[in-house]
Amino acid sequence: MALEDTQEKAVRHAFGNVLSLFVLLLIGVFAFSIRLFSVIKYESVIHEFDPYFNYRVTQYLTKNGVYDFWNWFDDRTWYPLGRVIGGTVYPGLTLTAGTIWWILNFFNIPLSVETVCVFTAPIFSAFASWAAYLLTKEVKGVGAGLTAAALLAMVPSYISRSVAGSYDNEAVAIFALIFTFYLYVKTLNTGSLFYATLNALAYFYMVCSWGGYTFIINLIPMHVLLCIITGRYSSRLYIAYAPLVVLGTLLAALVPVVGFNAVMTSEHFASFLVFIIIHVVALAYYIKGILTPKMFKVAVTLVVSVGMIVCVAVLAILIAVVASSPTKGWSGRSLSLLDPTYASKYIPIIASVSEHQPPTWPSYFMDINVLAFLVPAGIIACFFPLSDASSFAVLYIVTSVYFSGVMVRLMLVLAPAACIMSGIALSEAFDVFGRSIKLQFPIGNQTDDVNAGNSSQVSTNNSVKQESEKTENTLKERPVKKSKKKEKEKEKEKEKSESTSITKQIEKKLLILPFEASLVAIVLLVLLGSFYVVHSVWAAAEAYSAPSIVLTSRSHDGLHVFDDFREAYAWLRHNTDVDDKVASWWDYGYQTTAMANRTVIVDNNTWNNTHIATVGTAMSSPEKAAWDIFNSLDVKYVLVVFGGLVGYPSDDINKFLWMVRIGGGVFPHIKEPDYLRDGQYRIDSQATPTMLNCLMYKLSYYRFVETDGRGFDRVRHTEIGKKYFKLTHFEEVFTTHHWMVRIYKLKPAKNRIRGQTKKSKSKTSTGKNNQKRGTRATKKNPYP
Amino acid sequence: MGRSTTAKDAEALVHSLRSAYSATPTNLKIIDFYIAFAVVTALIQVVYMAIVGSFPFNSFLSGVLSCVGTAVLAVCLRIQVNKENKEFKDLPPERAFADFVLCNLVLHLVIINFLG
Repeated sequence: MALEDTQEKAVRHAFGNVLSLFVLLLIGVFAFSIRLFSVIKYESVIHEFDPYFNYRVTQYLTKNGVYDFWNWFDDRTWYPLGRVIGGTVYPGLTLTAGTIWWILNFFNIPLSVETVCVFTAPIFSAFASWAAYLLTKEVKGVGAGLTAAALLAMVPSYISRSVAGSYDNEAVAIFALIFTFYLYVKTLNTGSLFYATLNALAYFYMVCSWGGYTFIINLIPMHVLLCIITGRYSSRLYIAYAPLVVLGTLLAALVPVVGFNAVMTSEHFASFLVFIIIHVVALAYYIKGILTPKMFKVAVTLVVSVGMIVCVAVLAILIAVVASSPTKGWSGRSLSLLDPTYASKYIPIIASVSEHQPPTWPSYFMDINVLAFLVPAGIIACFFPLSDASSFAVLYIVTSVYFSGVMVRLMLVLAPAACIMSGIALSEAFDVFGRSIKLQFPIGNQTDDVNAGNSSQVSTNNSVKQESEKTENTLKERPVKKSKKKEKEKEKEKEKSESTSITKQIEKKLLILPFEASLVAIVLLVLLGSFYVVHSVWAAAEAYSAPSIVLTSRSHDGLHVFDDFREAYAWLRHNTDVDDKVASWWDYGYQTTAMANRTVIVDNNTWNNTHIATVGTAMSSPEKAAWDIFNSLDVKYVLVVFGGLVGYPSDDINKFLWMVRIGGGVFPHIKEPDYLRDGQYRIDSQATPTMLNCLMYKLSYYRFVETDGRGFDRVRHTEIGKKYFKLTHFEEVFTTHHWMVRIYKLKPAKNRIRGQTKKSKSKTSTGKNNQKRGTRATKKNPYP
Repeated sequence: MGRSTTAKDAEALVHSLRSAYSATPTNLKIIDFYIAFAVVTALIQVVYMAIVGSFPFNSFLSGVLSCVGTAVLAVCLRIQVNKENKEFKDLPPERAFADFVLCNLVLHLVIINFLG
């Protein structure tokens, strides 16, 4: 009897394991496939701006090897300053893709670097779902784990940054984040030093991949502090935290981007502080263990009086050191997270990036959809019972909700937390409803026995069976009926043997809801899940799969494809010299270096505010002044993006106010009110003369009136102010098919300057006469 | 008067600490000695840095953190090997020592790389 029992248990356990493995495999395949919409709808191309830089770096890595990549100084960007790529890039993504490419080529599978780069993100999103399964399994159990993995596979916020083609840091960083958290919780639960080592190595991978690693190194100390304060200190906590700090700091210092910042910036001080605190607490517990209570009290009074003085002194020194730096030791980006108004006051470049704006309320529903109201249920479920792991999950969700409210880009960090919480909530809900249905299935007079037998079974059996029950409960009717039949046979045998335990366990009340209510509730939950799936697939297909380098629009005569960007870069690549410098706004820098292979002045890295301000000033100045600035930078070509003909809203005229602001931040002669009429930004006939004469206006609207006769700008919905003008210092060399990208060449300097020479400034009245004649003579422009 | 009571208390405290500590088994005492040695080495390095200056900083950092790191790992080993610790009673001490060695290997690999 007992042997059959254990055999049946083992078979069900094995069945549950195989089923969950199969479900996990399906989740991985699903996570991969849902991100392929852009490849199907457009082509296998790299999206956006930042991925092009990563792609170029990966190309360099695969061609030249790791050593050259590590020491690469790039002179084709930020001319004439150059950029130390080895020391300023997070190498995790490029090394990962490079390794995958190298392995594939080693086995003679000839995939190009571009293909590997495009498909890296979907592969790692499958890994991330599996990591979410592992993490939630540590927190709650297998059922919650599977639900969380399924939710993470299709949460729109994560899809938006990891579609096929979005080759950016977050593609691998989110996987590293979840995996590091999983290993930390695993170490916390088991107390094994082996997992602590793995945890440190996973943290190292995260530091390599993304600047968001500071979230980990601040969240884990916060959790340790929380555990200590709530009296949950145990030796497992020490083993989970202390090796991580030491190994983690060392490994973080190994990455060139972080370097000594790992010990010197305020972002890491929390970990050191909690490191000291946990040692003090550990020592206190140890001494408490070996002393008698009376002696311990004496020790405490002695130590407290002496220790307080020392603590105050150390704290005073620390505060003095930190307060002496103007930003209190934090970097600009981190400070703008803590104080959301900081960036807009002091660093306009950070404030101008659209990803750094706070999210709107609808974007929460768009990005995490149904999870938004399952999360509170999950938080409550974590408190029954509260363990170290579930307190960690609660802390994670709370902090990520705060940070996602500051910057819309950080909704991405919220997504895994929301999935974990919702997975827990859904799994618990299915647990209760499934149990209610199972126990009250109309069998007739056996309801009471089934109640008692099952309650004893559920509470006396070990967690193994509970987990397999939960897996079955997450599916639908048939397995529930099967298990119910088995349990009915089993409980009859068990009832006789465990009569005493039954009476004891009946006290332990399990929540049983009315039968019809639970049936309806399960149907509604499944409906909720289907709404979520439908929304996620729609978001993946329609909203987040645009490569943004190729645009499409539907009209009555079919699908129009706007491939202007690549057309312009290809023109540059084939019609200019290799060493020609191209100036444009910093948005297009990465794409220009990657696709056109020309040296640029500023690019998306935005590390040098003054250089960007120089370009911004040039764009905001009249032609002569702009020509002078560009000539001093050896620029040959100027690239301008213009959307007025087709209605493309992200063009340079719409970004122009940021050019003015950033330029004005460094060069005070550029004043923003000069470009606004009555506080309004306009380019029509009511625009200010400064606006109508600046380089950006002229380069965007040169010959624009020839397109439709009246120069109607489809983005600003007005006719332009100055319609007929000639360019004196630039000449147009290329305009793409839909006028979206316009390339101009700087005219070479004149050999003779009519009338006016430099020496005439210090001359007498004859010099002044010369000047007057000179200015009148050069003022020959018929179209002012 | 208050002084003498605190002095007496301190003396009694030290005495009881010493007597309680001498009851610990020998293997734990060896580990404790190793921890003390590592911490003293770290302190010596910090004093040396204060005298000589912190260039090159990466060498100083790797030296100090290797001492601190191996001390922390030894504390973890002590926790896991201690027979009075209920949480780890079914963990064989060989497994604990193997984990300790593995973690030290990783630590020292990183140290040697960072030493410069």
